[in-house]
Amino acid sequence: MLKKRVIARLDIKNEFVIKGIQLEGLRKIGDPNEIAKSYYVSGVDEIIFMDSVAAYYDRNSLSSIISMASEDIFIPITVGGGIRSIADIQKALNSGADKVAINTQALKSPEFITEASKVFGSQCIVVSIEAKKVGSQWHAYFDNGREDSGRKVSEWAQEAELLGAGEIMITSVDKEGTKRGMDKALIDNLINLVSVPLIVSGGVGCMDDILETFISGVDAVALASVLHYDILHLGQIKDSMKQAGLKVRS
Amino acid sequence: MKTIVVIDYGIGNVKSICSALKSLGFEYEFSRDTDVIMQASGVILPGVGAFKHGMSLLEEAGLDKVIKKFAATGKPLLGICLGMQLLFEKSYEFGEYRGLGIIEGNVEKLAVEPPIKLPHISWNEIFPISNVAWTDTILENVPAASDMYFVHSFRGVPTDKDSILAEADYAGIKFCATVKKDNIYGCQFHPEKSAKFGLRIVENFFNLCEDKK
Repeated sequence: MLKKRVIARLDIKNEFVIKGIQLEGLRKIGDPNEIAKSYYVSGVDEIIFMDSVAAYYDRNSLSSIISMASEDIFIPITVGGGIRSIADIQKALNSGADKVAINTQALKSPEFITEASKVFGSQCIVVSIEAKKVGSQWHAYFDNGREDSGRKVSEWAQEAELLGAGEIMITSVDKEGTKRGMDKALIDNLINLVSVPLIVSGGVGCMDDILETFISGVDAVALASVLHYDILHLGQIKDSMKQAGLKVRS
Repeated sequence: MKTIVVIDYGIGNVKSICSALKSLGFEYEFSRDTDVIMQASGVILPGVGAFKHGMSLLEEAGLDKVIKKFAATGKPLLGICLGMQLLFEKSYEFGEYRGLGIIEGNVEKLAVEPPIKLPHISWNEIFPISNVAWTDTILENVPAASDMYFVHSFRGVPTDKDSILAEADYAGIKFCATVKKDNIYGCQFHPEKSAKFGLRIVENFFNLCEDKK
Protein backbone atom coordinates (compact mmCIF):
# COMPACT_ATOMS: atom_id res chain seq x y z
CA MET A 1 0.00 0.00 0.00
CA LEU A 2 1.33 3.42 -0.92
CA LYS A 3 1.65 6.10 1.71
CA LYS A 4 -1.27 8.47 2.08
CA ARG A 5 -0.18 11.96 1.12
CA VAL A 6 -1.03 15.29 2.66
CA ILE A 7 -0.68 18.05 0.10
CA ALA A 8 -0.74 21.79 0.70
CA ARG A 9 -2.61 23.65 -1.99
CA LEU A 10 -1.70 27.28 -2.56
CA ASP A 11 -4.03 29.21 -4.85
CA ILE A 12 -2.20 32.21 -6.24
CA LYS A 13 -3.44 35.53 -7.60
CA ASN A 14 -1.20 38.48 -8.35
CA GLU A 15 1.72 36.87 -6.55
CA PHE A 16 -0.20 36.29 -3.33
CA VAL A 17 -1.67 33.17 -1.84
CA ILE A 18 -5.41 33.76 -1.80
CA LYS A 19 -8.36 31.81 -0.53
CA GLY A 20 -12.01 32.14 -1.38
CA ILE A 21 -15.21 30.28 -0.77
CA GLN A 22 -16.43 28.18 -3.68
CA LEU A 23 -13.54 29.73 -5.64
CA GLU A 24 -15.11 33.22 -5.21
CA GLY A 25 -14.63 36.17 -2.84
CA LEU A 26 -10.88 35.82 -2.69
CA ARG A 27 -8.95 36.90 0.40
CA LYS A 28 -5.24 37.53 0.56
CA ILE A 29 -3.37 35.08 2.77
CA GLY A 30 0.28 35.97 2.23
CA ASP A 31 3.53 35.37 0.40
CA PRO A 32 3.55 32.07 -1.52
CA ASN A 33 7.21 31.28 -0.95
CA GLU A 34 7.11 31.94 2.78
CA ILE A 35 3.92 29.94 3.20
CA ALA A 36 5.15 27.03 1.07
CA LYS A 37 8.40 26.91 2.98
CA SER A 38 6.68 26.81 6.36
CA TYR A 39 4.50 23.89 5.21
CA TYR A 40 7.57 22.10 3.85
CA VAL A 41 9.38 22.51 7.15
CA SER A 42 6.31 21.27 9.00
CA GLY A 43 6.30 18.02 7.04
CA VAL A 44 3.85 18.37 4.16
CA ASP A 45 4.38 15.68 1.49
CA GLU A 46 3.85 17.79 -1.61
CA ILE A 47 2.91 21.31 -2.61
CA ILE A 48 0.52 22.39 -5.35
CA PHE A 49 0.61 25.94 -6.66
CA MET A 50 -2.52 26.90 -8.60
CA ASP A 51 -2.69 30.11 -10.59
CA SER A 52 -6.31 31.02 -9.95
CA VAL A 53 -6.66 33.63 -12.67
CA ALA A 54 -4.47 32.19 -15.43
CA ALA A 55 -7.40 30.51 -17.12
CA TYR A 56 -9.02 33.75 -18.19
CA TYR A 57 -5.97 35.89 -18.74
CA ASP A 58 -4.30 33.27 -20.93
CA ARG A 59 -1.09 33.33 -19.00
CA ASN A 60 0.60 31.64 -16.12
CA SER A 61 2.50 33.89 -13.79
CA LEU A 62 3.85 31.21 -11.52
CA SER A 63 7.29 30.67 -13.04
CA SER A 64 9.13 33.02 -10.74
CA ILE A 65 7.28 31.70 -7.68
CA ILE A 66 8.09 28.09 -8.62
CA SER A 67 11.64 29.00 -9.38
CA MET A 68 12.05 30.52 -5.92
CA ALA A 69 10.17 27.69 -4.23
CA SER A 70 12.41 25.04 -5.75
CA GLU A 71 15.44 26.76 -4.22
CA ASP A 72 14.47 25.78 -0.72
CA ILE A 73 11.66 23.24 -0.91
CA PHE A 74 12.82 19.67 -1.44
CA ILE A 75 9.61 17.74 -1.98
CA PRO A 76 7.52 17.28 -5.14
CA ILE A 77 5.97 20.46 -6.52
CA THR A 78 2.94 20.62 -8.83
CA VAL A 79 1.93 23.66 -10.86
CA GLY A 80 -1.54 24.29 -12.22
CA GLY A 81 -3.58 27.03 -13.84
CA GLY A 82 -3.17 28.16 -17.41
CA ILE A 83 -1.17 25.17 -18.64
CA ARG A 84 -2.19 24.83 -22.28
CA SER A 85 0.81 23.69 -24.31
CA ILE A 86 3.83 21.42 -24.26
CA ALA A 87 5.94 24.58 -24.01
CA ASP A 88 4.01 25.64 -20.87
CA ILE A 89 4.78 22.28 -19.26
CA GLN A 90 8.44 22.47 -20.25
CA LYS A 91 8.63 25.93 -18.71
CA ALA A 92 7.04 24.75 -15.45
CA LEU A 93 9.43 21.80 -15.22
CA ASN A 94 12.44 23.98 -16.00
CA SER A 95 11.38 26.29 -13.17
CA GLY A 96 11.61 23.35 -10.79
CA ALA A 97 8.13 21.78 -10.85
CA ASP A 98 7.79 17.99 -10.96
CA LYS A 99 4.21 17.78 -12.19
CA VAL A 100 1.59 19.97 -13.83
CA ALA A 101 -2.16 20.04 -13.17
CA ILE A 102 -4.29 20.59 -16.26
CA ASN A 103 -8.01 21.37 -16.31
CA THR A 104 -9.36 23.80 -18.93
CA GLN A 105 -7.04 22.76 -21.74
CA ALA A 106 -7.70 19.08 -21.09
CA LEU A 107 -11.46 19.65 -21.41
CA LYS A 108 -11.00 21.72 -24.57
CA SER A 109 -8.74 19.19 -26.25
CA PRO A 110 -8.53 15.87 -24.42
CA GLU A 111 -5.76 14.65 -26.77
CA PHE A 112 -3.49 17.18 -25.04
CA ILE A 113 -3.38 14.80 -22.04
CA THR A 114 -2.07 12.02 -24.26
CA GLU A 115 0.45 14.24 -26.00
CA ALA A 116 1.74 15.64 -22.70
CA SER A 117 2.03 12.24 -21.03
CA LYS A 118 3.93 10.88 -24.02
CA VAL A 119 6.45 13.71 -23.93
CA PHE A 120 6.93 13.98 -20.18
CA GLY A 121 5.65 10.67 -18.80
CA SER A 122 2.29 10.14 -17.11
CA GLN A 123 3.88 10.66 -13.67
CA CYS A 124 4.13 14.31 -14.61
CA ILE A 125 0.52 14.87 -15.68
CA VAL A 126 -2.23 15.54 -13.15
CA VAL A 127 -5.68 16.10 -14.60
CA SER A 128 -7.51 18.57 -12.38
CA ILE A 129 -11.30 18.36 -12.33
CA GLU A 130 -13.52 21.04 -10.80
CA ALA A 131 -16.71 19.23 -9.86
CA LYS A 132 -19.98 21.02 -9.26
CA LYS A 133 -23.33 19.44 -8.64
CA VAL A 134 -25.90 20.02 -11.36
CA GLY A 135 -29.18 18.32 -10.50
CA SER A 136 -28.32 14.82 -9.40
CA GLN A 137 -24.97 14.69 -11.23
CA TRP A 138 -21.59 16.34 -10.94
CA HIS A 139 -20.32 18.26 -13.93
CA ALA A 140 -16.74 19.16 -14.76
CA TYR A 141 -16.33 22.93 -14.67
CA PHE A 142 -13.53 25.07 -16.07
CA ASP A 143 -12.24 28.64 -15.87
CA ASN A 144 -11.91 28.30 -12.11
CA GLY A 145 -15.33 26.84 -11.44
CA ARG A 146 -17.26 29.30 -13.59
CA GLU A 147 -18.06 27.45 -16.80
CA ASP A 148 -19.89 24.16 -17.14
CA SER A 149 -18.32 21.82 -19.69
CA GLY A 150 -21.48 19.74 -19.58
CA ARG A 151 -19.38 16.63 -19.00
CA LYS A 152 -20.14 14.21 -16.20
CA VAL A 153 -17.27 14.07 -13.72
CA SER A 154 -17.35 10.27 -13.44
CA GLU A 155 -17.03 9.83 -17.21
CA TRP A 156 -14.43 12.55 -17.61
CA ALA A 157 -12.25 11.13 -14.82
CA GLN A 158 -12.25 7.70 -16.45
CA GLU A 159 -11.51 9.16 -19.85
CA ALA A 160 -8.67 11.30 -18.46
CA GLU A 161 -7.08 8.18 -17.00
CA LEU A 162 -7.32 6.33 -20.31
CA LEU A 163 -5.81 9.32 -22.11
CA GLY A 164 -2.72 9.15 -19.91
CA ALA A 165 -3.29 11.14 -16.71
CA GLY A 166 -0.92 9.95 -13.98
CA GLU A 167 -3.10 11.31 -11.20
CA ILE A 168 -6.52 12.88 -10.93
CA MET A 169 -7.28 15.79 -8.64
CA ILE A 170 -10.94 16.45 -7.85
CA THR A 171 -11.93 19.78 -6.37
CA SER A 172 -15.47 20.09 -5.10
CA VAL A 173 -16.48 23.62 -6.13
CA ASP A 174 -19.56 23.40 -3.90
CA LYS A 175 -17.54 22.60 -0.78
CA GLU A 176 -14.37 24.52 -1.61
CA GLY A 177 -13.40 27.00 1.12
CA THR A 178 -16.50 26.23 3.22
CA LYS A 179 -14.65 24.13 5.84
CA ARG A 180 -17.90 22.14 6.24
CA GLY A 181 -16.60 18.77 5.16
CA MET A 182 -15.71 17.20 1.85
CA ASP A 183 -18.22 16.05 -0.73
CA LYS A 184 -18.39 12.46 0.43
CA ALA A 185 -20.91 11.39 -2.18
CA LEU A 186 -18.72 12.78 -4.97
CA ILE A 187 -15.66 10.95 -3.63
CA ASP A 188 -17.52 7.68 -3.13
CA ASN A 189 -18.82 7.99 -6.66
CA LEU A 190 -15.28 8.20 -8.06
CA ILE A 191 -13.17 6.06 -5.81
CA ASN A 192 -13.77 2.78 -7.61
CA LEU A 193 -13.88 4.28 -11.07
CA VAL A 194 -10.28 5.40 -11.38
CA SER A 195 -7.20 3.35 -10.66
CA VAL A 196 -4.60 6.13 -10.80
CA PRO A 197 -4.02 8.01 -7.53
CA LEU A 198 -6.90 10.27 -6.59
CA ILE A 199 -6.22 13.61 -4.92
CA VAL A 200 -9.26 15.28 -3.38
CA SER A 201 -9.67 18.89 -2.45
CA GLY A 202 -12.35 21.17 -1.07
CA GLY A 203 -14.21 21.41 2.19
CA VAL A 204 -11.88 20.10 4.88
CA GLY A 205 -12.67 21.86 8.16
CA CYS A 206 -11.47 19.42 10.81
CA MET A 207 -9.39 16.33 11.41
CA ASP A 208 -12.31 13.94 11.05
CA ASP A 209 -12.93 15.22 7.52
CA ILE A 210 -9.37 14.23 6.60
CA LEU A 211 -9.45 10.83 8.29
CA GLU A 212 -12.85 9.93 6.89
CA THR A 213 -11.70 10.82 3.38
CA PHE A 214 -8.52 8.76 3.60
CA ILE A 215 -10.38 5.80 5.04
CA SER A 216 -12.73 5.91 2.05
CA GLY A 217 -9.68 5.08 -0.06
CA VAL A 218 -8.30 8.28 -1.61
CA ASP A 219 -4.53 8.56 -2.00
CA ALA A 220 -4.06 12.20 -1.16
CA VAL A 221 -5.90 15.15 0.33
CA ALA A 222 -5.05 18.68 -0.75
CA LEU A 223 -5.52 21.16 2.08
CA ALA A 224 -5.80 24.92 1.97
CA SER A 225 -8.07 26.74 4.47
CA VAL A 226 -7.31 24.53 7.47
CA LEU A 227 -3.60 25.17 7.02
CA HIS A 228 -3.83 28.82 5.95
CA TYR A 229 -6.10 29.74 8.89
CA ASP A 230 -4.07 27.67 11.37
CA ILE A 231 -6.99 25.38 12.18
CA LEU A 232 -4.88 22.24 11.86
CA HIS A 233 -1.14 21.69 11.97
CA LEU A 234 0.72 19.22 9.79
CA GLY A 235 2.35 17.38 12.70
CA GLN A 236 -1.02 16.91 14.33
CA ILE A 237 -2.57 15.69 11.03
CA LYS A 238 0.17 13.11 10.49
CA ASP A 239 -0.10 11.89 14.10
CA SER A 240 -3.85 11.44 13.85
CA MET A 241 -3.46 9.62 10.56
CA LYS A 242 -0.93 7.23 12.10
CA GLN A 243 -3.23 6.60 15.05
CA ALA A 244 -6.01 5.81 12.61
CA GLY A 245 -3.76 3.12 11.12
CA LEU A 246 -2.94 4.95 7.89
CA LYS A 247 0.51 4.69 6.36
CA VAL A 248 2.11 8.12 6.28
CA ARG A 249 5.53 9.61 5.68
CA SER A 250 7.04 10.46 9.03
CA MET B 1 38.00 23.86 -1.65
CA LYS B 2 35.63 21.19 -2.98
CA THR B 3 33.59 21.43 -6.13
CA ILE B 4 30.79 19.12 -7.15
CA VAL B 5 29.97 18.89 -10.84
CA VAL B 6 26.42 18.10 -11.90
CA ILE B 7 26.63 16.63 -15.39
CA ASP B 8 24.86 18.68 -18.03
CA TYR B 9 23.74 16.35 -20.78
CA GLY B 10 20.49 17.96 -21.78
CA ILE B 11 18.21 15.86 -19.66
CA GLY B 12 15.06 16.75 -17.66
CA ASN B 13 14.72 18.48 -14.38
CA VAL B 14 18.12 19.20 -12.84
CA LYS B 15 17.21 22.40 -11.07
CA SER B 16 16.32 20.65 -7.81
CA ILE B 17 19.64 18.87 -7.38
CA CYS B 18 21.49 22.12 -8.06
CA SER B 19 19.19 23.92 -5.57
CA ALA B 20 19.86 21.20 -2.98
CA LEU B 21 23.63 21.70 -3.30
CA LYS B 22 23.19 25.45 -3.17
CA SER B 23 20.92 25.38 -0.12
CA LEU B 24 23.52 23.29 1.73
CA GLY B 25 26.09 25.95 0.91
CA PHE B 26 28.17 23.75 -1.42
CA GLU B 27 30.08 24.89 -4.46
CA TYR B 28 28.88 23.22 -7.61
CA GLU B 29 29.07 23.57 -11.35
CA PHE B 30 26.60 22.40 -13.95
CA SER B 31 28.87 21.36 -16.78
CA ARG B 32 29.67 19.04 -19.69
CA ASP B 33 33.27 20.18 -20.01
CA THR B 34 35.79 17.33 -19.75
CA ASP B 35 38.37 19.31 -17.79
CA VAL B 36 35.82 20.69 -15.36
CA ILE B 37 34.43 17.21 -14.76
CA MET B 38 37.83 15.56 -14.34
CA GLN B 39 38.93 18.19 -11.82
CA ALA B 40 35.76 17.90 -9.73
CA SER B 41 35.91 16.60 -6.18
CA GLY B 42 32.76 14.62 -6.89
CA VAL B 43 30.35 14.19 -9.77
CA ILE B 44 26.58 13.82 -9.80
CA LEU B 45 24.84 12.23 -12.77
CA PRO B 46 21.17 13.26 -12.59
CA GLY B 47 18.44 12.09 -14.89
CA VAL B 48 14.79 11.45 -15.58
CA GLY B 49 13.24 9.72 -18.56
CA ALA B 50 14.04 6.74 -20.72
CA PHE B 51 17.36 4.85 -20.56
CA LYS B 52 18.04 4.85 -24.30
CA HIS B 53 17.45 8.58 -24.55
CA GLY B 54 19.74 9.30 -21.60
CA MET B 55 22.51 7.05 -22.88
CA SER B 56 22.33 8.54 -26.38
CA LEU B 57 22.65 12.03 -24.96
CA LEU B 58 25.74 11.01 -22.98
CA GLU B 59 27.31 9.35 -26.01
CA GLU B 60 26.57 12.22 -28.38
CA ALA B 61 28.36 14.58 -26.00
CA GLY B 62 31.22 12.12 -25.46
CA LEU B 63 30.33 12.16 -21.77
CA ASP B 64 30.16 8.37 -21.45
CA LYS B 65 33.95 8.15 -21.73
CA VAL B 66 34.50 11.11 -19.42
CA ILE B 67 32.27 9.63 -16.71
CA LYS B 68 34.03 6.26 -16.93
CA LYS B 69 37.38 8.00 -16.71
CA PHE B 70 36.20 9.99 -13.71
CA ALA B 71 34.87 6.84 -12.01
CA ALA B 72 38.32 5.27 -12.40
CA THR B 73 39.98 8.10 -10.45
CA GLY B 74 38.39 6.79 -7.23
CA LYS B 75 36.64 10.11 -6.56
CA PRO B 76 32.96 9.89 -5.56
CA LEU B 77 30.35 9.59 -8.30
CA LEU B 78 26.61 9.62 -7.58
CA GLY B 79 23.92 8.64 -10.08
CA ILE B 80 20.36 9.66 -9.29
CA CYS B 81 17.27 7.86 -10.67
CA LEU B 82 17.98 7.38 -14.40
CA GLY B 83 21.52 8.51 -13.58
CA MET B 84 21.85 5.46 -11.32
CA GLN B 85 20.45 3.11 -13.96
CA LEU B 86 22.92 4.44 -16.55
CA LEU B 87 25.79 3.21 -14.35
CA PHE B 88 24.83 -0.41 -15.05
CA GLU B 89 25.90 -2.59 -17.98
CA LYS B 90 22.61 -3.05 -19.75
CA SER B 91 18.97 -1.99 -19.65
CA TYR B 92 15.90 -3.77 -20.94
CA GLU B 93 13.75 -0.65 -21.16
CA PHE B 94 12.02 -0.69 -24.59
CA GLY B 95 14.63 -3.09 -25.99
CA GLU B 96 18.15 -3.86 -24.89
CA TYR B 97 20.64 -1.05 -24.51
CA ARG B 98 24.20 -0.77 -23.30
CA GLY B 99 24.89 1.43 -20.29
CA LEU B 100 28.08 2.86 -18.83
CA GLY B 101 29.03 -0.50 -17.31
CA ILE B 102 30.58 1.08 -14.21
CA ILE B 103 28.51 -1.22 -11.97
CA GLU B 104 28.02 -4.85 -12.93
CA GLY B 105 24.41 -5.77 -13.46
CA ASN B 106 21.34 -4.90 -15.48
CA VAL B 107 18.33 -2.62 -15.38
CA GLU B 108 15.02 -4.49 -15.37
CA LYS B 109 11.36 -3.62 -15.15
CA LEU B 110 9.71 -3.75 -11.73
CA ALA B 111 7.75 -6.95 -12.18
CA VAL B 112 4.50 -5.90 -10.51
CA GLU B 113 1.17 -7.34 -11.62
CA PRO B 114 -2.00 -5.32 -12.22
CA PRO B 115 -3.74 -3.67 -10.43
CA ILE B 116 -0.39 -2.52 -9.02
CA LYS B 117 0.62 0.51 -11.02
CA LEU B 118 3.79 1.55 -12.79
CA PRO B 119 5.53 3.88 -12.52
CA HIS B 120 6.10 3.47 -8.82
CA ILE B 121 5.50 7.05 -7.70
CA SER B 122 5.53 7.41 -3.98
CA TRP B 123 7.27 8.14 -0.77
CA ASN B 124 8.69 4.81 0.27
CA GLU B 125 10.96 3.54 3.02
CA ILE B 126 14.55 2.44 2.50
CA PHE B 127 16.10 -0.32 4.59
CA PRO B 128 19.64 -1.55 5.13
CA ILE B 129 20.52 -5.09 4.09
CA SER B 130 21.27 -7.12 7.22
CA ASN B 131 25.07 -7.27 6.96
CA VAL B 132 25.74 -3.91 5.35
CA ALA B 133 26.50 -0.87 7.51
CA TRP B 134 25.69 2.67 6.39
CA THR B 135 28.58 4.22 8.31
CA ASP B 136 30.99 6.16 6.09
CA THR B 137 28.60 5.97 3.14
CA ILE B 138 26.12 8.45 1.69
CA LEU B 139 23.48 6.94 4.00
CA GLU B 140 25.37 7.66 7.21
CA ASN B 141 22.99 9.00 9.89
CA VAL B 142 19.97 8.39 7.71
CA PRO B 143 17.60 6.39 9.92
CA ALA B 144 16.49 3.00 8.60
CA ALA B 145 12.94 3.18 7.20
CA SER B 146 13.35 6.82 6.20
CA ASP B 147 10.95 7.83 3.46
CA MET B 148 12.41 8.76 0.09
CA TYR B 149 10.64 9.95 -3.04
CA PHE B 150 10.57 7.44 -5.90
CA VAL B 151 9.40 7.89 -9.50
CA HIS B 152 10.40 4.94 -11.70
CA SER B 153 9.30 1.80 -13.54
CA PHE B 154 12.72 0.13 -13.87
CA ARG B 155 15.28 -0.82 -11.26
CA GLY B 156 18.98 -1.65 -11.23
CA VAL B 157 19.89 -5.23 -10.32
CA PRO B 158 23.56 -5.39 -9.27
CA THR B 159 25.36 -8.69 -9.91
CA ASP B 160 27.19 -8.33 -6.62
CA LYS B 161 24.46 -8.41 -3.96
CA ASP B 162 26.89 -6.96 -1.43
CA SER B 163 26.84 -3.72 -3.38
CA ILE B 164 23.19 -3.17 -2.40
CA LEU B 165 23.38 -0.55 0.32
CA ALA B 166 19.64 -0.09 0.77
CA GLU B 167 16.49 -1.79 -0.43
CA ALA B 168 12.91 -0.65 -0.84
CA ASP B 169 9.76 -2.67 -1.28
CA TYR B 170 7.05 -1.94 -3.81
CA ALA B 171 4.02 -4.20 -3.65
CA GLY B 172 6.12 -7.03 -2.24
CA ILE B 173 8.98 -6.64 -4.70
CA LYS B 174 12.23 -5.75 -3.01
CA PHE B 175 14.62 -3.79 -5.12
CA CYS B 176 17.93 -1.95 -4.85
CA ALA B 177 17.25 1.61 -3.69
CA THR B 178 20.90 2.57 -3.17
CA VAL B 179 23.92 0.89 -4.71
CA LYS B 180 27.55 1.34 -3.66
CA LYS B 181 30.59 -0.06 -5.35
CA ASP B 182 33.75 1.49 -3.93
CA ASN B 183 33.53 5.18 -4.87
CA ILE B 184 30.44 4.77 -7.04
CA TYR B 185 26.96 5.41 -5.65
CA GLY B 186 23.50 5.30 -7.12
CA CYS B 187 20.12 6.23 -5.68
CA GLN B 188 16.95 5.06 -7.41
CA PHE B 189 14.96 7.68 -5.47
CA HIS B 190 15.42 11.44 -5.63
CA PRO B 191 17.36 12.65 -2.58
CA GLU B 192 16.79 16.21 -3.80
CA LYS B 193 13.00 15.66 -3.48
CA SER B 194 13.14 13.67 -0.26
CA ALA B 195 13.06 16.43 2.33
CA LYS B 196 15.42 16.42 5.33
CA PHE B 197 16.94 12.95 5.03
CA GLY B 198 17.26 13.29 1.28
CA LEU B 199 19.31 16.43 1.82
CA ARG B 200 21.39 14.56 4.37
CA ILE B 201 22.37 12.13 1.61
CA VAL B 202 23.48 15.01 -0.60
CA GLU B 203 25.44 16.38 2.35
CA ASN B 204 27.05 13.00 3.05
CA PHE B 205 28.06 12.74 -0.58
CA PHE B 206 29.70 16.14 -0.37
CA ASN B 207 31.50 15.11 2.80
CA LEU B 208 32.89 12.01 1.08
CA CYS B 209 34.48 14.24 -1.55
CA GLU B 210 37.97 15.48 -0.88
CA ASP B 211 39.41 18.93 -1.37
CA LYS B 212 40.87 19.66 -4.76
CA LYS B 213 44.62 19.38 -4.68
